[in-house]
Amino acid sequence: MTASSAAPPAWAHRGHPLWIAWLIHRLSGLALALFLPAHFLVLGLALNDPAALDGALRWMDNPWVKAAETGLVLLLGLHLFGGLRLLALEFLPWSPRQKTWAAAAVALACAVSAGFLLSAV
Amino acid sequence: MTQDADTLTVEVWRGDARGGGYVAYDVPRRESQTVLDVVTWIQQNAEPALAYRFACRVGMCGSCAMTVNGAPRWTCRTHVRRVAKAGRLRIAPLRNLPVIRDLAADLAPFFNKWTAAGGTFAPTATRDDPPAEISPETPQRAAADAGIECINCAVCYAACDTVAMVPDYLGPAALNRAWTLVNDARDGGQAERIAAVSGGNGCANCHSHQSCAELCPNGLSPTAAIAGLKRAAGRAWLRGGA
Repeated sequence: MTASSAAPPAWAHRGHPLWIAWLIHRLSGLALALFLPAHFLVLGLALNDPAALDGALRWMDNPWVKAAETGLVLLLGLHLFGGLRLLALEFLPWSPRQKTWAAAAVALACAVSAGFLLSAV
Repeated sequence: MTQDADTLTVEVWRGDARGGGYVAYDVPRRESQTVLDVVTWIQQNAEPALAYRFACRVGMCGSCAMTVNGAPRWTCRTHVRRVAKAGRLRIAPLRNLPVIRDLAADLAPFFNKWTAAGGTFAPTATRDDPPAEISPETPQRAAADAGIECINCAVCYAACDTVAMVPDYLGPAALNRAWTLVNDARDGGQAERIAAVSGGNGCANCHSHQSCAELCPNGLSPTAAIAGLKRAAGRAWLRGGA
């Protein structure tokens, strides 16, 4: 007989698709909240420093910035479609296909971000 | 060690409200062995002082739920072969509830929340009235029927991360019970019940993780019930009620 005090695995009751869908929605929202101040700061240059804005727009034509923007579009899509899924869950009659809706939200977000990347390159 | 090996290594949480830790036991592997069989073997052969709770052993009474390898399960109908990882089991009391001793959790907070969520039937007829005629085909009755097979095992409550974050949250089982009564045409306590589930600890706390539905041994979806309560609470708010 041996004794230990290690905690049980925290993932065991969480590792299912709908909990992961919640995590994706939460993390994408936090990431977008971090991005938005920078976004508004750059947009504000149009009022205060148009030359700096032009410089920023040229910098944004860099391929690696386009790749990063694809990530932003993916985050936006995940949060938008995930949010629509939650609104449907709470305000429409209950659907037993919850995992299907969560998968559809992720698929739509991937499709939109892939479309953005194809139009950007 | 594989699941076909003849010995299981079982770590059982021993302790009380002041704290504790896991103690390992070697348990003979048997065919069609359930987790409750394993705990009972330990109590009868290795650790007579082990505290745990069970009654019916056939998945009806809801008293034997424990945390098995990190997830809440009804142990009497959870087969070892489904949950053992490399011949190992780790068994603990249910999460989100105070521990009495060893594997026995104190379910008083869980059942107190059933009362707080308006889980008591409020009759509108007396024993002298004829039985109410309720068609099972109506959408209202179908919604109630979808939730009434709850056996009060507290697996959903232990699986709920919102309960873990907001200890006073009423939780999935109590709200599921409230939703079955909201859809009971014979019940007369709807205004009080909607007010109870709309409060600060009520249905609006739910983040729709749906771990309750994922792990409910009877296949119920408390999340569906809570979504129904959110809509009912919203309608009551629009009408100027709760």
